Amino acid sequence: MLHIVACIKQVPDTKIIKMNPKTNTMDRASAPAILNPYDAHAVEEAVRIKNRYGGTVSVLTMGPPPAVKAIKKCIEIGADEGYMISDRKFAGADTLATSYALTKAIDKIAKIQPVDLIICGKMTIDGDTGQVGPGIARRLDIPPLTSVKKVEEVNKDQGYVVVHRKIEDGHEVIQSSLPCLMSVEKEINEVPYSSFPNMLNAARYQPVIWSVDDLEDIDIKQLGLKGSPTIVAKVWAPPKPEGGTMFEGNPKEQVEQLLSVVLEKKELFHTKGGSE
Amino acid sequence: MNFEEYSGVWVFIEENEGNIAQVSLELLGAGRRLADKRGVDLCGVIIGNGVTLLSETVFEYGADVVYVYDQEIFTHYRTESFMKALLHCSEKYKPEIILYGATSTGKDLASAVATDLPTGLTADTTELDVEEDTGLLLASRPAFGGNIMATILCKKYRPQMATVRPKVMKALSPEPGRTGKLVEETIDVKEEDIRTKVLEIVKSTTKKVRIDEADIVVAGGKGLGNADGFQLIHQLAQALGGAVGASRDVVEAGWVEHPHQVGQTGVTVTPKIYFAIGISGAIQHLVGMKNSGLIIAINKDPDAAIFEASHYGIVGDAFEIVPLLIQEFSKAFAEEEVDHVREV
Ligand SMILES: Cc1cc2nc3c(=O)[nH]c(=O)nc-3n(C[C@H](O)[C@H](O)[C@H](O)COP(=O)(O)OP(=O)(O)OC[C@H]3O[C@@H](n4cnc5c(N)ncnc54)[C@H](O)[C@@H]3O)c2cc1C
Ligand SMILES: Cc1cc2nc3c(=O)[nH]c(=O)nc-3n(C[C@H](O)[C@H](O)[C@H](O)COP(=O)(O)OP(=O)(O)OC[C@H]3O[C@@H](n4cnc5c(N)ncnc54)[C@H](O)[C@@H]3O)c2cc1C
Repeated sequence: MLHIVACIKQVPDTKIIKMNPKTNTMDRASAPAILNPYDAHAVEEAVRIKNRYGGTVSVLTMGPPPAVKAIKKCIEIGADEGYMISDRKFAGADTLATSYALTKAIDKIAKIQPVDLIICGKMTIDGDTGQVGPGIARRLDIPPLTSVKKVEEVNKDQGYVVVHRKIEDGHEVIQSSLPCLMSVEKEINEVPYSSFPNMLNAARYQPVIWSVDDLEDIDIKQLGLKGSPTIVAKVWAPPKPEGGTMFEGNPKEQVEQLLSVVLEKKELFHTKGGSE
Repeated sequence: MNFEEYSGVWVFIEENEGNIAQVSLELLGAGRRLADKRGVDLCGVIIGNGVTLLSETVFEYGADVVYVYDQEIFTHYRTESFMKALLHCSEKYKPEIILYGATSTGKDLASAVATDLPTGLTADTTELDVEEDTGLLLASRPAFGGNIMATILCKKYRPQMATVRPKVMKALSPEPGRTGKLVEETIDVKEEDIRTKVLEIVKSTTKKVRIDEADIVVAGGKGLGNADGFQLIHQLAQALGGAVGASRDVVEAGWVEHPHQVGQTGVTVTPKIYFAIGISGAIQHLVGMKNSGLIIAINKDPDAAIFEASHYGIVGDAFEIVPLLIQEFSKAFAEEEVDHVREV
């Protein structure tokens, strides 16, 4: 039976996050913590593959204790098991240290049941690097497949998958050996409303939680801030644009003023348009 | 790690069907500035099949040295094969900095290479600088959905790496005949060593929409009400000979296809004139158009954030203003033609 691990992260809802205008920092309390939207698609795709071929879907997150809520959300989507690694020593990790910690957790999950496929989101909406997925794949020495927008076939017996990978101006059809890791695009599926039984399951569900000490073979120096080659040296609010001239008057007058400004750039017209 | 051994600014040259990606040329421009500040070479790395000749272009756009891996195994981009070539090159010639376009290929390759080296990788950079004496790369990027900017450093590892957004840096004008040192390399990778295969490449059949190449973009948002209302945007774009852009909410509502989406999860555009009509001006939208030459906003809410990002604004109802604009522009162009005829 297939064992699929989906990696998920809890993130602040950056669409509504507020900035503290005095300190120029994010007021995290202003934004609710949600399951990274891209990861909902990762879990949904894992569940769809399970429904097609049979198997188990486990989700894994590294995060602070409240991230249990994001795991529960994944159980609602249809995941079977949830694992969380949570420890102060993980804090401040960049993508290299994050992929290291997650890989160690996957090693441990694989001892419970060997892992065939790992699915990540395209990116998160907070750090939004998209680097963690390929990082895990390299550490496990399995092929990374990024920008996946369709899973055509998963063949565990013969040990391969066929996926569509988005490229500029189209897609490529790729065959990869199993196990492998894929980072999926948002367009890969739509996440439906959760079913009532799944919601019940989720409400009762308690994930397995591991600290650093529960992981085997771990090199503390590669974790968290210490294990991160990159550091965030400075954070600032993007300069606020100044704003320009507002045209006054009634619509007709406004349009006339606008016209005179735009028509000054006559050389632009009917030369190089778009393909519209 | 002895930092002295690491020297030179590298750009991974992305190639597609015999053409160099625009972002790679932009990075040569940015890389040239860093290399000059440091007094080191600017190098391009080309990996592919039948790509050696492209080195000429890379020299013309500013490189001093080009490393080429021209082998059949590199016919299609694949993470594992390209990564092996780049790791080979990096371990042999030890650059201090490697830049990649933040494209799907560039990000894929850079993430894999960073893990294997290992080193730090700054994602989606929009500003680049280097400390002259220490060689420390100052790579700044938007994060948290564009709500903040952050400068990321990689102090203890070399090479330092960053992916850089397309359309942010400027390519130099090519200098015809400019050449440099060509270094041809090969590596021993066999097809069996690579665990993925490209079975097929499918080009999108829908007409290619390249709003990032248009001089004029007319973009509409949720303020147009519905798909019918959005037709006004098409009409104005047509009157101006421009391309149609849209906010994400419009694309999600299905009024127009995704290739028209401007912003963080769409395309970045830098037209000479950008119209934002019925668009509120969310930060994720602004990052995709704020470098446009002239930004004109039309919105019925005087407090809409889009006005702060615009050079000119009209507070008003799109359904009143846009038809007038279409009418006036059509008239203006028609008169011009008449003028033209008279002159002749
Ligand atoms: C302002 C700022 C800027 C940063 N810039 C950089 C940078 O340029 N380079 C860098 O290396 N780090 C950077 N970081 C650190 C980075 O955000 C963290 O390493 C983070 O833990 C993972 O990166 P991400 O959020 O970008 O994930 P992504 O790489 O975008 O995530 C891709 C996928 O990986 C999986 N995943 C990611 N995180 C987890 C997790 N914790 N648990 C389970 N699965 C997960 C999910 O499936 C997710 O969809 C930055 C942090 C901040 C605050
Ligand atoms: C991770 C992430 C990525 C995102 N990526 C993108 C992206 O790439 N691109 C993008 O655009 N968005 C993106 N968004 C979404 C973004 O946050 C906004 O939700 C979106 O841009 C809003 O679209 P809008 O301006 O069309 O709609 P709204 O915010 O609903 O604004 C509609 C505007 O129309 C005005 N209006 C209403 N009626 C009229 C009228 N009759 N005449 C004139 N004006 C009128 C209103 O005053 C209002 O300002 C992203 C969000 C997230 C979280």
